[in-house]
Amino acid sequence: MTTTDNDIISELKNKFGEAILMAQPTKDEFPTVWVDAAHIAEVLKYLKNEISRPYKMLYDLTAIDEQAKVHKVHQDSKFTIVYLLLSFDRNNFIRIKVPLSSDKPSVTSITKIWPAANWYEREVYDMFGVNFEGHPHLRRILMPGTWKGHPLQKCHPARATEMGPFQLPEDKQDEEQDMLKFKPEEWGLSKSNNDEEFMFLNLGPQHPGTHGVLRLVLQLDGESIVNVVPDIGFHHRGAEKMGERQSWHTYIPYTDRVEYLGGVMNNFPYVMCVEKLAGIQIPDRAKVIRIMLSELFRISSHLVWYGTFAQDLGMMTPVFLTFYDREKLFGIVEAITGDRMHPNWFRIGGVAQDLPNGWEKMVKDFLDYFPKRLKEYDKMVMRNNIFKARTVGIGVYTTEEAIEWGVTGAGLRATGFEWDFRKKQPYSGYEQFEFDIPTAQNGDCYDRAVVRVEEMRQSLRIIKQCLDNMPEGPYKSDHPATTPPIKKYTMIHIETLINHFLNVTWGPVIPAGEAFVGVEATKGHNGYYLTSDGSTGSYRTRIRTPSFPHMQFVPEISKGYTIADLLAILGSVDYVLSDVDR
Amino acid sequence: MSETWIHILIIVCVLLGMVTIAAGLIYVERRMLAVWQERYGPNRVGPFGIFQVMADMVKIFFKEDWIPGFVDRKVFIVAPTIIMITTLLSFAIVPFAPGIVVANLNVGILFFLAMSSLGAYTIVLAGWASNNKYSLIGGLRGAAQMISYEVFMGLSLMGVVILAGSFNMTDIVMAQKGMWNVVPQFIGFVIFFIAGLAETHRLPFDIPEAESELIAGFHSEYSGMKFGMFFVGEYLGITLVSAMTTVLFFGGWLGPSFLPPIVWFLIKMFAFILVFVLLRASLPRPRYDQLMSWGWKILLPLALLNLLVTGAIVLYNQ
Repeated sequence: MTTTDNDIISELKNKFGEAILMAQPTKDEFPTVWVDAAHIAEVLKYLKNEISRPYKMLYDLTAIDEQAKVHKVHQDSKFTIVYLLLSFDRNNFIRIKVPLSSDKPSVTSITKIWPAANWYEREVYDMFGVNFEGHPHLRRILMPGTWKGHPLQKCHPARATEMGPFQLPEDKQDEEQDMLKFKPEEWGLSKSNNDEEFMFLNLGPQHPGTHGVLRLVLQLDGESIVNVVPDIGFHHRGAEKMGERQSWHTYIPYTDRVEYLGGVMNNFPYVMCVEKLAGIQIPDRAKVIRIMLSELFRISSHLVWYGTFAQDLGMMTPVFLTFYDREKLFGIVEAITGDRMHPNWFRIGGVAQDLPNGWEKMVKDFLDYFPKRLKEYDKMVMRNNIFKARTVGIGVYTTEEAIEWGVTGAGLRATGFEWDFRKKQPYSGYEQFEFDIPTAQNGDCYDRAVVRVEEMRQSLRIIKQCLDNMPEGPYKSDHPATTPPIKKYTMIHIETLINHFLNVTWGPVIPAGEAFVGVEATKGHNGYYLTSDGSTGSYRTRIRTPSFPHMQFVPEISKGYTIADLLAILGSVDYVLSDVDR
Repeated sequence: MSETWIHILIIVCVLLGMVTIAAGLIYVERRMLAVWQERYGPNRVGPFGIFQVMADMVKIFFKEDWIPGFVDRKVFIVAPTIIMITTLLSFAIVPFAPGIVVANLNVGILFFLAMSSLGAYTIVLAGWASNNKYSLIGGLRGAAQMISYEVFMGLSLMGVVILAGSFNMTDIVMAQKGMWNVVPQFIGFVIFFIAGLAETHRLPFDIPEAESELIAGFHSEYSGMKFGMFFVGEYLGITLVSAMTTVLFFGGWLGPSFLPPIVWFLIKMFAFILVFVLLRASLPRPRYDQLMSWGWKILLPLALLNLLVTGAIVLYNQ
């Protein structure tokens, strides 16, 4: 992206010499460096704290099982740990890879450098069986504690039919139930202080205030919260594993369901990532259609948040009104895509169909209708004094803390930091649109709400510009990897017919390589890190979702508040459990 | 002889009438909320869905009357009956029209206050007996809330008592012939209405159940008709507070003579019931400590001031 890309690699080489194994070119053009496992902690510490214009955010931490790979970059690596860091000063990422060649892979934990690494390392341990030395609490996070094996290893079966029939005899049931019992000692929590015993309250996984199957164990002193231990994974569906057995094309419907309020917003980073790997250029009309649909879904998702947030604070009416408006949005989405919540409508190389006749009128009607409603909601919710009393000064954090814990999206902007990937690293032509980045100053629950409400207004502006300036032209690229390919010439041109036949039956073959593409999604920055081994399916699909670090951050911002405040905090964070667990 | 029969008739009518109104409120509330929330509400059973309540009743009576194994059985069973009994007993002192009152007590208001204090037990006992952490927290919140709001409720009524010179409800209505109490006792009215909301623990004062925080608070473990009693008890409470507001501050049955007194009473009472529903539709729930500090720091001094000023004015006029 910038000219300093190679500088950072040579700077690291000068500083660490032999520890830097090699640099790897990638399709996303992020500087990518392989680092010896013994030196990883120093290198990361240097990148975070010592270098000029540092990489402050641990954006993602994941692993790849390289054992079945044909196009290997590092020949000896069995498991590769991938650290993705983000520098706000440089406006760029850096990817650090660590090869692990042992059969019992192990690497130093970096939880001392980034506390946010805690959950990521637990996930890698859970999914790949990689040990992290010095991790404070290395145990499974997404899979049940009784699970045998590590799902994202290539030797682990991907389908239930490969695993034999499921049985739950009584002793196994007892074991499962025992595993779910909360034992405070395991988490280093004391049962009482000098004067009194603490109450451990199990909030969820079935609870009206957690918006899904989330379990939070609260350590309570009276009604005030001493500590919170989130237990996630109840919504885990193995989305990443499924990516490895679907073709590039047939994986798109799964992405819809990763953050199930975002609809096509989830298709967006995935298809862009595949397009980057394949080198597909998208026609302008498809770009603008994608933006318009995404912004419609941003409003739709924010409406769900608006209503449910108010409901968490005991307000009954807004949720019905916002869902009514969402229904109007779904009317538009349905007319365009044929489906409502999960349209599965973006395609590699474009979108599934052209816009239908009369779409302008529907969009225009909504643009006329919605601002009035937003004003009404402002009056009803945002300016309500009880609402303010419940949210102002609750769940406060600073920009530094947010960056430290990997918070993106409205939660980051509410701390006064103007950072929106649509502006800072524009994709799909966002640079041509006029809109503002709403921010707020205090980083409390109220400010997060202010930012989201204003974001809806900005989305309306973007949609208006899409409506006024929708380019003419094809809605799909004519690149051979476009799926399904354009059919116009198939009956008169044999090459196109063969290509069409292969793309529709097997799916496109994407050249070997890797890329990461992220978008400013509804909950924060959502990205797909795809590795292709030159075949019809992904070798490794990594979904970096914003809700995962946000959920990890919740205990930090809820200590000292009461149960009622916790619900306000949960509502203001705006997570979706499917987005946390994938 | 005939007087006794009339009296029994009044008792039966009040009892049945109030329970029917309370049950009917379930329909009214659901319908009104729907109107304000751009949806239909119950509209399938009978014309406009008016038989929904009956369907609900049939359903709830036929539900398994299940008592979880871990609860304190006796207390668990007694708790929901308390709210029904105390609230229904309170209706005894409400004068619906001239002569239509079950018990024309000379300490009417005190009886009402005593009964509503006893009502607090229902939450505390249910919360305690359920042996569930959420219920316990709900019970604790409920106890604190009801005890503190009890204080202002009593104090806010004293202005009315001073003006009427009597604790008797009929006397209080008659004393409003010239002017309804809401004018001289506006502060008292506001405080009483807020305290009444808190007593019935309706939104925004539904802190003991606080659905999004405590699931259902003190009645999480209840099902079937025992839950039904809490449910109907809540609506009885709304009816009671609306009736009391009408009697104490809005002249009870008094009104122009083209309508019979009882109709005036009912019109006023239903107007307040709708205010209850509207409040539920529009307000969020404050936090427990905010509610308490608001009560003790604002409502209590206001109620005392109101009492002081009323007393001073009455003394001066004498």
